[in-house]
Amino acid sequence: MSTTSTDVTPRTLATGKTLGESGVRRDLRPPTPATGKAQAVRGKSARGKGVKAGPRVGAHTPVTWVKKGGLTTLVFALPVIVIFGVFSWYPIVRSIIMAFQETNLVTAKWVGLDNFRWVLTDPDLPRACLNTAYFLGLALLIGFPVPLIGAILMSEVKRLKGVYTVLAYLPVVIPPVVSVLLWKFFYDARSEGVFNALLGYIGLGPYPWLNDKFWAMPSLVLEATWAGAGATVIIYLAALIAVPTNLYEAAELDGAGIWKKLWHVTLPHLRGVLFITFILQIIATAQVFLEPYLFTGGGPNKATLTILLMIYNYAFGASLGSDYGSATALSVMLAIVLAIFSLIYFRLTKSWSQS
Amino acid sequence: MNTSTKRGLALLAGASSLAMLLSACSSNTPNSTTSGSPAGGDSGGSDQVTLTVVGLKAGSTPEAYQGLADQVADFQSKNPGIKIVTMDYEWKATTFAADLAGGTLPDVYEIPFTDSKTLAANNQIADMNDYLSQFPYGGAFNASVLQYGKGTDGHVYAIPAKSIYGIGLHYNRDLFTQAGLDPDKPPTTWDELRTAAKAITDKTGQAGFCQMTSNGTGGWQLTVDTYARGGSMETLAADGTATATVNNDATKAALQFLKDLRWTDNAMGANFTYDWGSINQAFAAGQCGMYTSGQDVYVSLVQSNGMDPKIYGLTMIPLDGSKAGVLGGGTLAAVNTKTSDAQKEAAVKWISYFYLDRYSSESAAVANAKLTLANDQPVGVPELPIFSDQDYANYQQWIKPYVNVPLDQMTNFTSKIGAATLINEPPVATQDVYASLDPAVQAVLTDQNADVSALLDEANTTAQRAIDKAASGDEQ
Repeated sequence: MSTTSTDVTPRTLATGKTLGESGVRRDLRPPTPATGKAQAVRGKSARGKGVKAGPRVGAHTPVTWVKKGGLTTLVFALPVIVIFGVFSWYPIVRSIIMAFQETNLVTAKWVGLDNFRWVLTDPDLPRACLNTAYFLGLALLIGFPVPLIGAILMSEVKRLKGVYTVLAYLPVVIPPVVSVLLWKFFYDARSEGVFNALLGYIGLGPYPWLNDKFWAMPSLVLEATWAGAGATVIIYLAALIAVPTNLYEAAELDGAGIWKKLWHVTLPHLRGVLFITFILQIIATAQVFLEPYLFTGGGPNKATLTILLMIYNYAFGASLGSDYGSATALSVMLAIVLAIFSLIYFRLTKSWSQS
Repeated sequence: MNTSTKRGLALLAGASSLAMLLSACSSNTPNSTTSGSPAGGDSGGSDQVTLTVVGLKAGSTPEAYQGLADQVADFQSKNPGIKIVTMDYEWKATTFAADLAGGTLPDVYEIPFTDSKTLAANNQIADMNDYLSQFPYGGAFNASVLQYGKGTDGHVYAIPAKSIYGIGLHYNRDLFTQAGLDPDKPPTTWDELRTAAKAITDKTGQAGFCQMTSNGTGGWQLTVDTYARGGSMETLAADGTATATVNNDATKAALQFLKDLRWTDNAMGANFTYDWGSINQAFAAGQCGMYTSGQDVYVSLVQSNGMDPKIYGLTMIPLDGSKAGVLGGGTLAAVNTKTSDAQKEAAVKWISYFYLDRYSSESAAVANAKLTLANDQPVGVPELPIFSDQDYANYQQWIKPYVNVPLDQMTNFTSKIGAATLINEPPVATQDVYASLDPAVQAVLTDQNADVSALLDEANTTAQRAIDKAASGDEQ
């Protein structure tokens, strides 16, 4: 907006001079508070000394700022700025500072890169990274297609659509801690356990679920998918509604079957949404904490130890905890890695997301 | 005119929303001045001292809250200048650090034996040395208990308060009977324990023996098993530097025992994610034949897990070798370092009243027992002496008429614990050392091919790292 107005102003001014002063005035008055300095300066020089309105438009004093409603704008913005500042920006800055300190939150000492050195030499770090990557991979393998398939199936259903949507979304409404504790009960590894008893009827199991290094992680992913899929299903459903139905009709006329319609019409239209949910899911699962913390505490034998759980253990694991420096150091490194990853991802996919 | 009115209204609206935000943020302030800070206005005017103290666990029964309120009223009537404010509290390794950091702890709070030295070294709890003589018996605490409350400077910081425990072996008398075992003759050696566990699993289908594995309790219980075989987790050099020794032979034997019980006998059930709370649940539900935990856990089994007292049995943990001992611990009362002198005086009175008077005064002991009984809670659960043995014997005599705990099912423990050696928890970086051992315990129970020595070597490296870090932290 501002660029166009500055581009335009000189021309109107030039013509305005021949049209008479009133014309100039009308063109000059409208400038919104957002009008740039450049225009004000130009206006002043163009109109010369005699024009009275000149200084009023040009001078950018606190008084004019208040008169134009700047105060109202500020007061309105202030609550949001304060909330963001106190609860979002300040903690971010503080955690970066703490990453270079040894602190118990009462007294702090600068230790340079010691915290980073400590974290990077932690023998558990490689395992935590691998576990997080494994969780991420499993979550994508199971958690990415499931909501998509669910949404496509649901969009095809003609009757009771609302019921299916509610059922799919219901797990999202349950508080996450509650659903984890519920599933922990389901995952009872005795043959009397809920899942084992159910699977027992069809001759399967009993499975060790959380009590085995191979089973533990898939068990966590299963619950996480159940708990999180509903929200993604809603997003996909909304995107599916936006697909023009005449495209399907045209495809049908061209003799496309259900798979071809899916491949050539539905998925291309979902591309933008898929692209966003994919990166959101990666960022979210890279920070998985709740499931390993509540289900297994990282066990058995570190099989579900994730990076976030390590951060938590640094800061609060022992009762006297207080290794906040290492915890924030690892957090900062994770944030940097995720930021770099997001950048690369957006770069790489820029071309095909626009097509 | 019109626009300026609008603008004025908008300004007003914005300002009022800002005011609401600010008032929402500041509405905590009056609370926190009454609860926390020493220089709060209310202690100034009328010599009234306000003291926030540890109350009950959140979610306790209404009767328990009523009982606490009665005690507070009674205390305040005896000490008119003191106002007591109770806060729900439960010590947890995972939340204590956050509370400590956030400054949300009450003026008087409870900490485990293992934490006081570090807290004292960090100046995070008040030095109570000058007040020691004001406690019952002139502060003549059982020396082996009081040592936990002392800082490295020899001053007393935290006061022994309650739940002084030694680890015992808890067993389910019902399952013993069903398995053809004599519930009055529980196992006294590890081999007998193994045979009994196998019998229980074979006959009843329940786990013969359960073991905690999570949130540091795996390492805690492995330390118990190590002490019972004469080993130790740390050695202290003359200059005070600690070395991790978690890969010692006793610990290896303890882990190998668990592995055999799990894989050779298959007598440990199918769940291996237990911690202190969930193993109590499983035991109370009849899913565990035996497990080891503090001898005071009976209270939780009855109060929180609805266990039928009839099925409960308590005996000594098997001790193997002349150096073997029982791991002991307990709860200390600490005073917030931010308190004023007047609040410290009040804290001494409250700690004496709430935790200790029952051991020194018959009327206090009886009143407390009656109150506990009225609230339908266990009276007479075995404790280890907080003052002298004779004082504890007197106390037991005073409360005898009110005891509602099946003490005759615990005699295998109570008759022998006095003669056993009590061994302290590892002194340096205790919780970290425990945490480093959790994975090893989990591994032998969930992986048939787990390598005991390799696991313990790995844990030793982790433990040593934590110990070194703790040592370097103390120097600053």
